Amino acid sequence: MTLTYREAIARGIAQEMRRDENVVFLGEDVAAAGGVFKGTVGLLEEFGPRRVRDTPISEQAILGAAMGAAMTGLRPIAEIMFSDFFAVCWDIVANEIAKTRYMTNGQISLPLVIRSGNGGGLRFGAQHSQSVENWAMAVPGIKVVVPSNPRDVVGLMSAAVRDPDPVVLLEEKGLYATKQDVPDGEIVDELGKATVLREGDDATLVALGSMVPKTVAAAEELAAVGLECTVVDVRSLVPLDTATLLREISRTGRLFTVEANPRLCGWGAELVSVVADEIFTDLDGPLVRITTPHIPLPAADALEDLALPSVERIVDTVHKSMTT
Amino acid sequence: MTTTSRADGAATLTTEERLAMYRLLVELRHFEKRAYDLFLQNLVKGTSHLSIGQEAIAAAFGVAMRADDYTFATYRGHAHTLARGVPMTPVLAELLGRDNGLMAGKGGSMHLTSVEHGMMGSYAIIGAHLPIACGAAWSAQYRDSGQVAVCFFGDGTTNIGAFHEALNFAAVWKLPVVFVCENNLYMEYTPIGDVTAVPRPAADRASSYGLEPIVVDGNDPDAVHAVAATALARARAGEGPSLVEALTYRHGGHSRADPGKYRPDEEVAAWLARDPVPMYRQRLVTDGVEEHVLDDIDDAVHAAVDLATEEAKAGGTPGEGLLMTDVWADGGSSWRN
Ligand SMILES: Cc1ncc(C[n+]2csc(CCOP(=O)(O)OP(=O)(O)O)c2C)c(N)n1
Repeated sequence: MTLTYREAIARGIAQEMRRDENVVFLGEDVAAAGGVFKGTVGLLEEFGPRRVRDTPISEQAILGAAMGAAMTGLRPIAEIMFSDFFAVCWDIVANEIAKTRYMTNGQISLPLVIRSGNGGGLRFGAQHSQSVENWAMAVPGIKVVVPSNPRDVVGLMSAAVRDPDPVVLLEEKGLYATKQDVPDGEIVDELGKATVLREGDDATLVALGSMVPKTVAAAEELAAVGLECTVVDVRSLVPLDTATLLREISRTGRLFTVEANPRLCGWGAELVSVVADEIFTDLDGPLVRITTPHIPLPAADALEDLALPSVERIVDTVHKSMTT
Repeated sequence: MTTTSRADGAATLTTEERLAMYRLLVELRHFEKRAYDLFLQNLVKGTSHLSIGQEAIAAAFGVAMRADDYTFATYRGHAHTLARGVPMTPVLAELLGRDNGLMAGKGGSMHLTSVEHGMMGSYAIIGAHLPIACGAAWSAQYRDSGQVAVCFFGDGTTNIGAFHEALNFAAVWKLPVVFVCENNLYMEYTPIGDVTAVPRPAADRASSYGLEPIVVDGNDPDAVHAVAATALARARAGEGPSLVEALTYRHGGHSRADPGKYRPDEEVAAWLARDPVPMYRQRLVTDGVEEHVLDDIDDAVHAAVDLATEEAKAGGTPGEGLLMTDVWADGGSSWRN
């Protein structure tokens, strides 16, 4: 069945709510309104107001409630409308949810999912367009996944809900309208698995979320000029599938990361560090990161497009680096 | 404003309950004095926050709560932990950083947790645990378990956003949660009145969330028990949250680094004269409890604290193996495969 990325969200949540009575869902405007991005349409109708709940605009209360419910037997999914708003509940994410299992020496498990609209591309300006995966990745104790297509939304949502640990699932706002044929029936993925989308011997391009379709398109263009690239969709930053990543990078000897986040301390820098550390002698050239500059994302079409890696920028960067 | 006097409080209590409260008062007091001694011997490291003078609130709630209710406390949480029946040895051992500690040394004084006793954690970020208590209450409501979450915090906490978010959230969802503000008149070093727009930092805000303002003498176990029993019953009956402001005073400073010199001598003296432990003992005697019954309790508690001290000190150093465990549920800490 053809699903949009936004429809896949409701499909994934519904799949898990049908399976387990303890899965509950809360957030702002998520029930009757079906979510500001229409990602949760139909959930209230199917599961009722006891399990699908509208909250006040209280991000600390939303995530606090999810945490308290998770430690006492439920498996909540909480929505933070835009990932930028993690900033107003970062205490609950970074100090409470992330540290509790460790501080209590394993007494408390927090099987919960925080899902949030992440990233740019919709001209929303700097406070509604950030890619915050690196904030989350830097905190020990939370898992971070970013699906790049409707099928993966369902598969990673199921994995996140079934995981015994807290998972931040970042949905790419720029991908909400994209479509894909998604198989019927239950789709269940495993966290911490990257996907190799394309194989080529010349270079490995590693992308996340909204950068994945662009990177695939760039690889097609590069193939037309004789450069065959492997494309890996990271999918999960924590845990990180270094086995797949190092294998593919080692095989081609070249790494390009494609990131929608600001350059400083991006996940690509971490990957580059792992590569430099572990497979340095397999490398045939520099490790190159394609990112946004270290700026807040601007609103205007022309400026936002300049900031985010484009197919053209990916092609040019890889081409120049490989041919000079 | 509802204020509970001693008379209506004591009326609802059995002698056993009052003796249980007395026993807890003595235990909390003596335990914390011992913790302080151990700090002076440099055996307790870091910081820790004592609630000497405030014991009546934890003791009364401890007796009023059901065994499966949930407690959420702050970094000033020794008393609330012990009041749930958590044994003294692992708590003391945790303060000493020993492997027989409640969290094997991974939590410390500010993070006491014993899920088995309904002690769902001590939170060191001001206000963070109020929304979390809402979540536990939501889960109790969802599971129709009849459990109540009780969340203790200080007066300073009423000025943080999470306090307001949690109260509104609890009220609109009618959650079985009891918020208990222990108003000891000070944040760390600043009098709460200097930085708060209303005289009763918690109670004066209750009506903003459709709640009844409740103020109670936090040094009077009988009175606190009455308020606790009412609030717990209300929560269990599905009537939603309560916010209780209990007036009390810490005898010492904010933490052990703080001698508390910013407080006027007369104020300290007036509150020391209202020390809940001797006051309650005197009241029990006046009400007909024989002195030797209370002496026996005192002796038993003192012996138990001595024993706990020895057992805690006998604990080992947490092993290296613990360092990397319990970041994740699989027991490990690995972020990559
Ligand atoms: C968000 C946050 N800000 C500041 C602090 C530092 N701090 C620790 S205790 C404290 C005072 C708290 O006062 P109150 O809420 O009255 O509780 P009490 O210590 O009196 O029990 C402060 C400011 C903190 N832990 N968390």
